Amino acid sequence: MNVNVSYAKSYSYWFLLPAALIYGLFFLVPTLASFYFSLTRWTLTESYFTGLDNFIMFFSESSLNIGLVNTVIYAVLTAGLKVVVGFLLAVMLTSELRTKHLLRSIIFFPTLISTIAVGITFSNLFHPTMGAINNLLLQVGIEGPDWLGDVKLALLSVALVDVWKGVGIALVIFIAGILAIPQHYYEALAIDGGNAWHKFSNLTVPLARPALNSVILLAFIGGLRSFDLVWTMTGGGPGFTTDLVASIIYKQYQGGFYGLATAGNVILVILVSALAFPLFRFLSKAEVDL
Amino acid sequence: MIRTLRRFSLELLTVLLTIVVFIGPLLFILFMAGKTTPEAGDMTLSLPKNPQYGENILAVFQASNFLLVRAFINSLMLTVFSIAVLIVVSAMAGFVLERRSSRLLSITNSLILIGLMIPPSVMTTIWVLQGIGLYKTLFGLIMIEVALGFPFAVLLYRAFMVTVPRELDEAAMMEGCSGWSLYRKIIFPLLKSVSATVIVLSSINIFNDFVNPLYFLPGAQNATVQLTLFNFMTRYSTQWNLLFTNVLLLTVPPLILFLFFNKQIVAGMVAGAVKS
Repeated sequence: MNVNVSYAKSYSYWFLLPAALIYGLFFLVPTLASFYFSLTRWTLTESYFTGLDNFIMFFSESSLNIGLVNTVIYAVLTAGLKVVVGFLLAVMLTSELRTKHLLRSIIFFPTLISTIAVGITFSNLFHPTMGAINNLLLQVGIEGPDWLGDVKLALLSVALVDVWKGVGIALVIFIAGILAIPQHYYEALAIDGGNAWHKFSNLTVPLARPALNSVILLAFIGGLRSFDLVWTMTGGGPGFTTDLVASIIYKQYQGGFYGLATAGNVILVILVSALAFPLFRFLSKAEVDL
Repeated sequence: MIRTLRRFSLELLTVLLTIVVFIGPLLFILFMAGKTTPEAGDMTLSLPKNPQYGENILAVFQASNFLLVRAFINSLMLTVFSIAVLIVVSAMAGFVLERRSSRLLSITNSLILIGLMIPPSVMTTIWVLQGIGLYKTLFGLIMIEVALGFPFAVLLYRAFMVTVPRELDEAAMMEGCSGWSLYRKIIFPLLKSVSATVIVLSSINIFNDFVNPLYFLPGAQNATVQLTLFNFMTRYSTQWNLLFTNVLLLTVPPLILFLFFNKQIVAGMVAGAVKS
């Protein structure tokens, strides 16, 4: 029997067909179509070509372009905090701590709760006068701020909740990365008289680099695309100070401005590509081989 | 001696802080769900004086003409069907993508990577769904969930296929077992552990999904569980006890999955992150 014929038959392209149909029709086609419809005034049934009008509006209207700045701030904040907090926790939970397995599960648990449920819970905890957090602060003599009502603070508050919910994923990836580092490196360093700081900065961080890079990239892209937490906690307010591109897209959709909403989508695609791909290249270059 | 003591107290402090920060909000949900409406209105982190979990659960289920029951059925159907299709489709694709290499397949791989990165376009997806008569249907939403879950799932399958030796395929081909029967009888059963991971991770994702049902399956009749939470939020803006009972009820299914499939969940997340 001719093995080559058998190969082509066994690994037939037909196996790809169902996936190609679904992924193509429900993801690739809409993505391609969005580039055209972002240039139109559109009601889903009729569309008028308007050139770059939607994009010009998006960049000139302050209630719209604030979303661009907020989205980048939000992504940098959440990704940065998840990486720093997650990594420190991972170092702590790979040491000889007795409660580490329990703590791991506890920190991981919020990733299982839906974003909406988390948002509702923290909106309540953050209540300026009655909320449990400000009550707790009052008992130690601090007058808590209006977490979600203060224009300077609101986006940061939402970002902190995002970190609370998502740091568990970063944690498990980091733990896997740290546990994969061969133990004899640490033994060698101990013989050379290295202390805990040397261990951390010269071994753990550089050798856990692949895990670090994955988390940075995943968290950053997730932050850029984020929508539901902001929507539940602030609805974009106060004013437009916590609006992200994704929440603006939803608002335009609700208002029936489909062309403008699609332009928002295209801008988000460009934003993610323009930031994530260079970041990916930069991070892969910095990776060292074991 | 002093150093050990200092180290011990530092450790104790971080452990305590972690517990307060991460368990506090969870206890809050648990306590609020057992309170009476005026008691919950105080928003304090305290034990319910006369726990009335039974009454609250009953009230939440009965609200809006048993909306939550309908929503649970909708979410269950959405989750089960989406995952079934996702597994069939992704496992087959992952098999061929790993075994063969060609120009066409490398383009396919890039298209899959794009799907992992860029956000889906909402309005044009509605346009496509409307064009083929699937807008506002459960089947349409299932297709969307499959399309959006596909890049991650196929990545897991492809990565696992590397560990399945090719000699196995060749031996099977010698015996005349090739094509569909090779895949069906030999390969797919070997992918069991990936399938378990995909089932657990996707069921949590889809059950907790809010955005896609919001856009693609609007309407109270079609509500999925996360959307009921949103409806309750305006309705019970003062009845926090019932809202938190609802939150508690929606957290039970993922919690059960976590207790039984802890290992698969973590393994899947780690594999997905490191292999991509």
